[in-house]
Amino acid sequence: MNRVPTDAPALACRGLVKRYPDIVAVAGLDLEVRRGECFGLLGPNGAGKTTTIEILEGLLDQDEGEVEVLGRGWRTDRDELRRRLGVQLQETQLADKLTVEETLRLFRSFFTDGPAVSALLDLVELGAKRASWVGKLSGGQKQRLAIACALAGRPELLFLDEPTTGLDPQSRRQLWDVLGRFRADGGTILLTTHYMDEAHALCDRVGIMDRGTLIALGTPRALVASIGAEHVVEFAVDGTPPPDQALRALPGVREARRRDGHVALATSELHATIPALLDRLRHDGTALSLLATHSATLEDVFVSLTGRHLRDE
Amino acid sequence: MSNRGGAAHPLVELTLARFREFLREPEAVFWVFAFPVIMTCALGIAFRSRGAEPVIVGVAEQAGADAVRGALAAAGGFTVRSIAPGEIERAIRDGRAPVVVVPGTPPAYRFDEARAESQVARLAVDRALQRAAGRQDAFVPEERPIDAIGSRYIDWLVPGLLGMNIMGTGLWGVGFSIVQARTKKLLKRLVATPMSRAAYLASHVLSRLLFLAMETLVIVGFAWAVFGVGVRGGVLALAVLALAGALTFGGLGLLVASRARTIEAVSGLMNLVMMPMWVLSGVFFASSNFPDVMQPFIQALPLTALNDALRGVMNEGQSLVALRGEMAILLAWGLGTFALALRLFRWQ
Ligand SMILES: Nc1ncnc2c1ncn2[C@@H]1O[C@H](COP(=O)(O)OP(=O)(O)OP(=O)(O)O)[C@@H](O)[C@H]1O
Ligand SMILES: [Mg+2]
Repeated sequence: MNRVPTDAPALACRGLVKRYPDIVAVAGLDLEVRRGECFGLLGPNGAGKTTTIEILEGLLDQDEGEVEVLGRGWRTDRDELRRRLGVQLQETQLADKLTVEETLRLFRSFFTDGPAVSALLDLVELGAKRASWVGKLSGGQKQRLAIACALAGRPELLFLDEPTTGLDPQSRRQLWDVLGRFRADGGTILLTTHYMDEAHALCDRVGIMDRGTLIALGTPRALVASIGAEHVVEFAVDGTPPPDQALRALPGVREARRRDGHVALATSELHATIPALLDRLRHDGTALSLLATHSATLEDVFVSLTGRHLRDE
Repeated sequence: MSNRGGAAHPLVELTLARFREFLREPEAVFWVFAFPVIMTCALGIAFRSRGAEPVIVGVAEQAGADAVRGALAAAGGFTVRSIAPGEIERAIRDGRAPVVVVPGTPPAYRFDEARAESQVARLAVDRALQRAAGRQDAFVPEERPIDAIGSRYIDWLVPGLLGMNIMGTGLWGVGFSIVQARTKKLLKRLVATPMSRAAYLASHVLSRLLFLAMETLVIVGFAWAVFGVGVRGGVLALAVLALAGALTFGGLGLLVASRARTIEAVSGLMNLVMMPMWVLSGVFFASSNFPDVMQPFIQALPLTALNDALRGVMNEGQSLVALRGEMAILLAWGLGTFALALRLFRWQ
C-alpha cells in the first residue's frame, strides 16, 4: 500500500457554497477529515449532504469555496485523485444484467493497482453470488457490491452516500463489518447517513448538517454530552400532560419537547426524574399510557439543536 | 505488465459488458436478428420474380363487348374482367382493372395516366386491338427478357435492408444503452473512476462491430439460402463495408444520445434522424426517384453511401477501390460524429 504518512488532513473544504435556482443547497461549509478516521455527515432529507459529498468527489462544481482532497485539488490533479478515491453514490443502479463478478471485473479494470477480483468478492462476502445477475440481488447485497466497486482501486479515501439506507438491520451490520475491515487497513471514510446508531457505531467524528451548514461537530460522545443530558424519558398520558414549565422544573430535566402526543424529557438524572414525574402525574390524576427511556443519542442532539427530528416521516 | 487483478483492459471489459447486456435482452435480440429476416422473407415473397404476368383488362359491359373479348383472347396474355358501365372509374381507382376498354367504333380506353401499370396495360391492349383490326407492325423485334440472378428486385432489396438494419441497430443499440446508463446514474458512477471517457464511448461502437458480424451473417446468409441472393464482390469487401457502416452509425448513435436525459427524448431524436434516410436513401426504391436538386444532399447521407456501396459489392461485384467515395463519406460521418459526441457528451 502506498500511503504516505502525513499530518495533512485527508480532506478539507472551506467556505463551500452551492446554489440551485430555488435553493442554496450548501451554504458556506467548512469541513476537515483526518487521515484514518471515519467521519459521518448527518442530517435530514435535503440538508445538502449529497451535494456536499459530490463536490468533494469532484463530480459537481461548487459556486464558492476551496476543496483539497489528499493534499490535491480537483482542477489540477483530477486523474490522480480518481485513482486514489473510492466512491459510492446515493442513486447509482449498476447494470441489472451483468453478474456480480462481471461488474466487479469491469470496475477493477479501470485501476492498475488494487486487490484481485476474487479478493474483492471475499471482502464483501459475495463469493457465493459471483454468478448471479445484479438485478437479482437483495438490497443489502447490491450495496455490498457497490462498496466492492468503490474498493476496486484500493482507495485511500472512501466516500459513501447513505450506504445503508433502506437495509434491514442484519444487512447493515454486514456492511459495517466491511467498512471496519477497510479502516483496519488504514483507510479513511467520509459517509453520510440518516441513522444515528450507524454514526455511533462507525464514526470517530460526526458533523450534523442542516439547511446547508454544519450545526454541530465532534465525537458522538461529546455531541451527546453537549446537550447536558445522558438520558431521554418519553411518555404519553390519557388526557393533558402537565405544562412544559412544570416538566422542566422536575429534578434533572434539561428540556421538554412534545411530538405527536408524546413528551420527551432530556435528563441528566434518570433516577430522580422518573419518580418525580410519576408523583406529578398521580397528583394530576392522569393515567400513564406509555413510558420509555433511552440513553441520549445523536438524534436527541439534532432535536435539541433544531427542534425537529432527523427523520421527518 | 499492469496489474488489473484478473480483469482485462478497460476497453475490452467495457465492450464485453455491452455485449453481454445486449445478449441478455431478448427483445433487442429479436429486433436485431429476427426482424430483418422476417422482413427480407416477406418482401422476397411479395416481389419474387414470377415470369411474364397476364395483363388485366376491364371491358365495359355493353354492346360490342364480346368482340373486344374475342380479340383479346385471340392475342393472348390478357385476363379480362367485365366492368359495369357505371363502375369504370372506381374499378380503375381501386386497382381491379388498370385499363378499361369501352367498346365502340373506335373504342375508348379509360386509364390512369399517373400509374405506370395503367400505362403499360393501355399499350398492350391497344396493340392487341389494333392488330385484330388489321394493323401491320413495321418490324418484328427480337425480344430477349432477362431474369438473371443479381438483377431481380430481391437482389436489389437485400443490400438496402442490410443497410437499414445496420443503421437502426447502430443507433438504437448505442443510443438506448447510453441514455439508460445516464438515467440510472451509472454514467456518473463511471466518471468517478479513472476510466477513460473516450474508451467508454469507443466500447459502444466496438460492441456494435461484434453484433454486426452476426447481423450481417444472418441476413446475407438467409437471403442467399432462400432467395439465392449472392455477394458478387466477395465476402471480404462486404465485411469491410459492414464494419464501416457500424462505425458510422455507432458514432451517429453516440451523438444522438450525447445529451438526451430520457429514453423518450432519445427515441424521438433517433426517429428524426432515421426517418429521412429510410425514405431518401434508397432502401425500398431507388433514391434517383427524387429530383436532381435534392441529389447532392441525398448522396451525402450516410445511409445512401452505405446502400450504394453494399449494392456495388453485392449486385455489381465492385471492388472497394471503386467504392472509395462512399467509404470516405461513411468514415467522415463516423469520425465526425464520434469527435462531436465526445465534446458534447453529458456525463451526469
Ligand atoms: N440538481 C439540482 N437542482 C436543483 N436543486 C437541487 C439539485 N440537487 C439538489 N437540489 C436541492 O438541494 C438540496 C440539498 O439536496 P441534497 O441532495 O444535497 O440533500 P441530502 O442531504 O443529500 O438529502 P437526502 O437525505 O434526501 O439524500 C435539496 O433541497 C434539493 O432539492
Ligand atoms: Mg442525499
